[in-house]
Amino acid sequence: MLGMILRRLGMIVPMMVIASFLTFSLVLLIPGDPATRIAGESATPEQVEQVARDLGLDKPFLVQYANFVQGAVTGDLGTSYTYNVPVATMLKERLPVTLSLTMVALLFALLLGIPLGVIAGRYAGRLPDRVATGLTTLGLAVPNFALGLLMIQILAVERGMFPATGYRPMSEGLGEWFIRLVLPGLALSMIVAAEIARQLRASIADTLRQDYMRTATAKGLSAPTKLFKHSMRNALMPVVTVLGMQIAYLLGGTAVIEAVFGISGLGDFAVQAVLGRDLPAIQGIILFAVMVTLVMSLIVDISYGYLNPKVRRS
Amino acid sequence: MSLESGTPTAPGTPGTPGLTETAGRVAPRRFVHRFLGRKVNVLAAGFLFVVTLLALLAPWLAPHDPLTQDIPAAHLPPFSPDHLLGTDILGRDVLSRMLYGARVAGQAALVSVLIGMGLGVIPGAMAGYLGGWYDAVLSRIADTVLSFPPLLLAMAIVGVMGTNLTNAMLAIGLVFAPRFFRVVRSSVISVREETYIEASRSIGTSTAKIIRRHVFPNALSPLIVQISLACGFAILAEASLSYLGLGVNPPDPSWGRMLQEGRESLFYTKWPLVIPGIAIALSVLACNLLGDGVRDSMGDERGHK
Amino acid sequence: MSAVPTASDRLPLLEVEGLEVQFRGSSGWTTVVTDVALRVDHGSVLGLVGESGSGKSVTCASILRLFPAGSGRIAAGRIVFNGTDLTTLGERQLNRVRGRDIGMIFQEPMTSLNPVLTVGEQIAEVVRRHGKVGRQAARARAREVLDLVRIPNAATRMRQYPHEFSGGMRQRVMIAMSLATSPSLLIADEPTTALDVTIQVQILDLLKDLAAELEMGILLVTHDLGVVADMCDDVVVMYGGQVVETGSCAEIFAEPRHPYTADLMRARPSIEGRQELYVIPGRPPTPLEWPGGCRFAARCRHRIEDCEAAPVDLHHLGDDRLSRCIRVSELELGGVR
Repeated sequence: MLGMILRRLGMIVPMMVIASFLTFSLVLLIPGDPATRIAGESATPEQVEQVARDLGLDKPFLVQYANFVQGAVTGDLGTSYTYNVPVATMLKERLPVTLSLTMVALLFALLLGIPLGVIAGRYAGRLPDRVATGLTTLGLAVPNFALGLLMIQILAVERGMFPATGYRPMSEGLGEWFIRLVLPGLALSMIVAAEIARQLRASIADTLRQDYMRTATAKGLSAPTKLFKHSMRNALMPVVTVLGMQIAYLLGGTAVIEAVFGISGLGDFAVQAVLGRDLPAIQGIILFAVMVTLVMSLIVDISYGYLNPKVRRS
Repeated sequence: MSLESGTPTAPGTPGTPGLTETAGRVAPRRFVHRFLGRKVNVLAAGFLFVVTLLALLAPWLAPHDPLTQDIPAAHLPPFSPDHLLGTDILGRDVLSRMLYGARVAGQAALVSVLIGMGLGVIPGAMAGYLGGWYDAVLSRIADTVLSFPPLLLAMAIVGVMGTNLTNAMLAIGLVFAPRFFRVVRSSVISVREETYIEASRSIGTSTAKIIRRHVFPNALSPLIVQISLACGFAILAEASLSYLGLGVNPPDPSWGRMLQEGRESLFYTKWPLVIPGIAIALSVLACNLLGDGVRDSMGDERGHK
Repeated sequence: MSAVPTASDRLPLLEVEGLEVQFRGSSGWTTVVTDVALRVDHGSVLGLVGESGSGKSVTCASILRLFPAGSGRIAAGRIVFNGTDLTTLGERQLNRVRGRDIGMIFQEPMTSLNPVLTVGEQIAEVVRRHGKVGRQAARARAREVLDLVRIPNAATRMRQYPHEFSGGMRQRVMIAMSLATSPSLLIADEPTTALDVTIQVQILDLLKDLAAELEMGILLVTHDLGVVADMCDDVVVMYGGQVVETGSCAEIFAEPRHPYTADLMRARPSIEGRQELYVIPGRPPTPLEWPGGCRFAARCRHRIEDCEAAPVDLHHLGDDRLSRCIRVSELELGGVR
């Protein structure tokens, strides 16, 4: 187990280095002179020079990169132009919001995806499977922000069942916090729920063909025991492996969902940064997001190892 | 926004063939027969064909100029005289805007997939064929790019390059590159080991010819699957970016922008929101179903959906 | 089961009659096993012999109805176990027989155990399922049966997972699992086929000892006549989805009454004999290739025209001795003992 963790770490560290390099290289994509671009059309030469010095754009590329990494490691990601606040401070401020949204969405995704997948896999090829598979196929195609907009209009504005927009921190009460995350969480969870369901369908159907399931029948075990204890424990493992990837989707998906629901989280920060050509903020956000994804995938791998005795015991 | 096509199998399964492992060689005629044998596939392909046709012919088919405003005629419901799909908040004809929006969606799918393939296919084939450190380095880079949340990466690229449709398509294409890389790489690896490749190499067939004769046909079907899925994702991503104001610039019509504008009409009518929403959903659905259909017709009899 | 013989003990433990099994194919149901009859008595071992594809495993699976949902069905016949016809039971009632009164072990010890549950748990769960026992008692029983099948360090091994066991050890675990509820019948479907030769001997010795010790009936499926000679009291030979010969082990080996049985014996490597190994030409027909007449005719050395004319019935040759050959009275087939 420890060996597995170390091996995974050995893979992730170089990926982090590559990720930071790619993130920093975004500056190369800026057409024309970066400093002029960032300072804006109407900037005076002095302002442009100031920007160039602030960002270290006058130094050789690799020196700039080294400074960027050094800063990033010590938690200094530069200063956001649009907010005039250190990027790291912004991230720290916005993280709890987006984390709340992502976690609620993940919860919904599991609550929706697992039953759908189990039903589809258990009754593979039969009517319940067709219904469940139809739903997941639809879930993958409907744009989640359009769905969010409709939910706001119908469930919040017309019926008043939920608050339409906004976010309340958990410190103002768990109920207040949760009720505002229901609709955005649901909208954000759709695709991930569908992915989980599809994966689980395939792996449940696969386990049901295994010899150990025949053994379970020969032992006279009840249908629920067979399905939930013998099949599910095996079938969930491949689901766990796709979950890491899904967390990246959730994180990226917050940008649109936060815009739709008027939530000021990381996604909203990202949109503002992009609209404002805020290079340090863009780099900071994307670096942060990819690091979170990599760490998440490490955690997922470790929990996979925990679930799978073959990995755990070796 | 699913771009993953391989399916990990449950433990205890000795080598279940997944898409990434076997390229599933089915005789072309058998493939066509199987593919057309399922109504869903035909429907999906037909739908995409019609949408493409509508998009191409938009300038001739559109009953109105998509940009002409007619404020007194705002918020007309569908099936109004002269406005088959109604009008939006500024009284613009929704049908005309939808037709021109289809052009944008189709363009986004086409260009971004071409960019993604341009960046991913050749390096993927080389990585699979050559192996060694070349493969190791490129694979690690591809894996890293895959760890970036796709939409966020596209936003960042648009952010530094400037917000317009061309840059949005370029950004989405960059997101696709590692996915095409992986698909091509794994199907090349799966044929590289085959004996008939060894045989043709030993009788002196040139590398280019081996790739054309053996490697390419094998990589084709998984590639088509990936292209279909990528088109679906591109349509969603373009809509998302345009919704956020990071893609098509107003007043040009795009399905994503129309959703954004439809939001402002919500007080009066849901149609300007529902119509582009359905169009996006159906197009993405058709792309995904097409991808599933190709994969299921490819050879894996047990065809996990 | 009481030690004193009672009236019910003299009834057969398991009696299968006129069994017909069908599988669902691409074009409707196909019959894969027809008119199978066999009997297992209390405390005795019945060998079910035949090449692969003869229908032995299907026969076994049909006793506990272990077909994947919707893919197989019992079309005709009775499976009477301890006086109850299992074919009339619903799934729930059958579940009380499965694992409690009838234990089963399979050919593939590598895949028949659930990879994510500990061995101890897999044994304990069947104990808890069929008896009103607590977690502790069930685990104690699991340890007991692991000792019984001679797995060293049972207490430690309980907490291990199947992949930590070798093939032979896993088959011991399967045996322990099937014995944990003290069933009166054990169905062993080619329990040693997937194992090394030396391990095979160990497992068979274990089964033989346990059968005697626990006084349970065993239905042993095998394609190895050596195993039959070693273990069984009675033998049923199957070919092409039918029973072709039935008799006691001694009788069958001394004087086979069906050409197929005789050929099987000639095809068996013997330690003493130095003669060349006989190979039965051809291969058994699949259910779709079954001929109208004798199903073995195409490969039979004693075939005459009449063999292929009409289906052959089982001929009674006295006490529990049956043969499905029209020339049974005229042929002189050599035995091995």
